[in-house]
Amino acid sequence: MIRIQSESFDPGAELAAFAERSGGAGAIASFTGLVRPDSKGASVSTLELEHYPALTEKTVTAIGESARARFGLVDLVILHRHGKLEPGEPIVFVAAAAAHRRAAFDAVDHVMDRLKTEAPFWKRELGPEGARWIEARDEDLKDRARWA
Amino acid sequence: MARFLFFGRLRDSLGTGAMDTALPEGIGDTEGVRAWLGGDHPALLDPSVRIAVNAEISHGNAPIADRDEIAFLPPMSGG
Repeated sequence: MIRIQSESFDPGAELAAFAERSGGAGAIASFTGLVRPDSKGASVSTLELEHYPALTEKTVTAIGESARARFGLVDLVILHRHGKLEPGEPIVFVAAAAAHRRAAFDAVDHVMDRLKTEAPFWKRELGPEGARWIEARDEDLKDRARWA
Repeated sequence: MARFLFFGRLRDSLGTGAMDTALPEGIGDTEGVRAWLGGDHPALLDPSVRIAVNAEISHGNAPIADRDEIAFLPPMSGG
């Protein structure tokens, strides 16, 4: 299941609902990404996430489908926010259910690496020192290359 | 009329996120559009900027026509 939304969400409630849906799995792994209160020494008051709805939905769906097949998952959920977010708020939530732990861990890791580099979102940090666009870093690209 | 979309830092450097304009005579593919608009907006010429046609990322030079939605995508930062 894929959801791209501006509303905040409760990662704990999402995980509980996911666990209920994926009965029969032997392992569930999840990841929650949060807005950091500072970035490179500058404080962040707001994170703006822009997206291209038609392409974003399609790309995130494809990333999810490919992870389900690659890791033989029982179920997978990807939630991603857009709009204006404040420090401490959740940005992204990924949970994978599989027969065994390795597939669940790897699937979440893989989906996150692909979201970082391939999902059409653009982040801008606003703070007292002005606005700054964030783009995938070399480290993100290296992480993505692990799954080639 | 074709519709052009500019995301992320490109929206700032072009001063707009969307623009409707007719394709000039002789411009019929993504690299042609990039060179044409890049004349006034060199940020579009950066090789890290990808182009999507009707919400489909083009790999290589893709044909375009009037009524297409052509989006310029700087490096993405999801997650």
